[in-house]
Amino acid sequence: MTDPNLPDGARAVALSAARLAYGDRVLWDGLDLDVAPGEFVAVLGPNGSGKTSLMRVLLGLQKLTSGTVRIAGSPPGRGNRAVGYIPQQRALDPTVAVRGRDLVGLGFDGHRWGLGLGGMRERRRRVDTALAAVGATAYADRPVGLLSGGEQQRLRVAQALVGDPRVLLCDEPLLSLDLAHQRAVSTLIDERRRATGAAVLFVTHEINPVLPLVDRILYLVDGRFRVGTPEEVMTSETLSSLYRTDIAVVRVHGQIHVVGAHGHLSDLCEDNPHHHLADH
Amino acid sequence: MDKLFDVDLTLKLLGLPFVLTALLAAAILGLLAGVLGPLIVSRNMAFSVHGTSELALTGGAAALLLGWDVGQGALAGAIVAALVLGLLSRRSSDYDSVIGVVLAFGLGLGVLMLWLYKGRASNKFGLLTGQIVGQDFAGIALLSGCAVVVLVLLALLYRPLLFASVDPEVARARGVPTTALALVFAVMVGAATALGVRTVGSLLVLALMVTPAAAACRVTASPLKATVLAVVFAEVSAVGGIVLSLAPGAPVSAFVTAISFLIYLVCWVVSRSRGRVRA
Repeated sequence: MTDPNLPDGARAVALSAARLAYGDRVLWDGLDLDVAPGEFVAVLGPNGSGKTSLMRVLLGLQKLTSGTVRIAGSPPGRGNRAVGYIPQQRALDPTVAVRGRDLVGLGFDGHRWGLGLGGMRERRRRVDTALAAVGATAYADRPVGLLSGGEQQRLRVAQALVGDPRVLLCDEPLLSLDLAHQRAVSTLIDERRRATGAAVLFVTHEINPVLPLVDRILYLVDGRFRVGTPEEVMTSETLSSLYRTDIAVVRVHGQIHVVGAHGHLSDLCEDNPHHHLADH
Repeated sequence: MDKLFDVDLTLKLLGLPFVLTALLAAAILGLLAGVLGPLIVSRNMAFSVHGTSELALTGGAAALLLGWDVGQGALAGAIVAALVLGLLSRRSSDYDSVIGVVLAFGLGLGVLMLWLYKGRASNKFGLLTGQIVGQDFAGIALLSGCAVVVLVLLALLYRPLLFASVDPEVARARGVPTTALALVFAVMVGAATALGVRTVGSLLVLALMVTPAAAACRVTASPLKATVLAVVFAEVSAVGGIVLSLAPGAPVSAFVTAISFLIYLVCWVVSRSRGRVRA
């Protein structure tokens, strides 16, 4: 798949021999990852394996220790219009005086200087389109703090997509949503990438809600990693070698369950997936 | 008390040049407070505004003692305070307590300097509760100059500032320099606060910087409407407070705070009766 908005043959994301280390602690090393336009890549791994750090590198908030990284055809930089970002669902402050449409509007031009009075009409049109695309028109004029988690997260999707990004970075966007909203939000992201050809990098600790949408998985464990299709990566053999312990991968009703020697994998490592961009 | 609503006397006093100067100063201040207020409220900066205003008082007291211009002293004090508070991360858990610590020390220092000052007592009292009717041409010039600088800066920075205020994580990811903006905004607020100290006094500056915006944010969630309403509320409080204070010759601050508090109460009742569903 090629993207007409990217230079010829350009990858949506291209990491080559990438290494990220904080002092002695190596998060990952020798990471090669090419993401094609329109591809949906899930990033999995236990807490502290460097999933969020990878997001920070791609957003230009964190420099690689060595290696190269390009996103949407250019080096990661602050305010790259071609990159959209969806954070974890975390309740917005109920006292914050902004409406849903303001939140989406900030995704469109919130990083620009000036009042932007000249582009008001275009801004409004783009915001209305983005709101309609995620089905948020009905509550677009309500204060965001009064909306449910699922409604807020739909607005987040609209906010990330309103700038028509070529790459969409999602950092645990389903966290703390119930199953129905998890499905709704992930389907929304999938529809939009199919419609626009944007690549999706989707950090998650739970593969099942997005399993039908995933083209490839990047699985990070303790400095080791594996890239491949779900069939290649989510096997007892691959995960056992990544975790260096006996892991059984069981498929039940089209879902994948990972069972470690000490019970469910969540006992091993998925203790606390909560984290913030700024914590690292 | 019968002089409280003496219309004739009020009209007569309104014709005096020094009263008109005071009204002009109040109007400029109301505009500044109104446009900055919604962002102050969004950023949960009410306590830091209070801290900044107390340190403006320290700066003013130091200037009084040293024989410098009080307005410039207050401005210097407020900007130093804003820089110190702005450099602290808003995320850090001890942010409020650090403000408390700095505020208390600065206020103590101010009290000491006021005690050391052997000049007119009304100068001292004026720093605490404002002395808008004592505005001279230099004061108005300083106020207008600062207002223009703050308004131009705000127009330039408005969108990233709003983004960083309501949605800091995504703003950072989108390349908004949130830390630098926090510092610049703190200095802008510091300048406006120092000017407020000259007018309504350091004790009551919150009545203009925070109350009108907090009231506006109760009844609307649109940033534009909130700003317009905050300006209107601040103007009504500042200008209305002066007009009402003329006949009884009472301190301006009492009326400014009473009006802004009343507006807040009305907005609170409105938001309650709507069940907090606002548009």
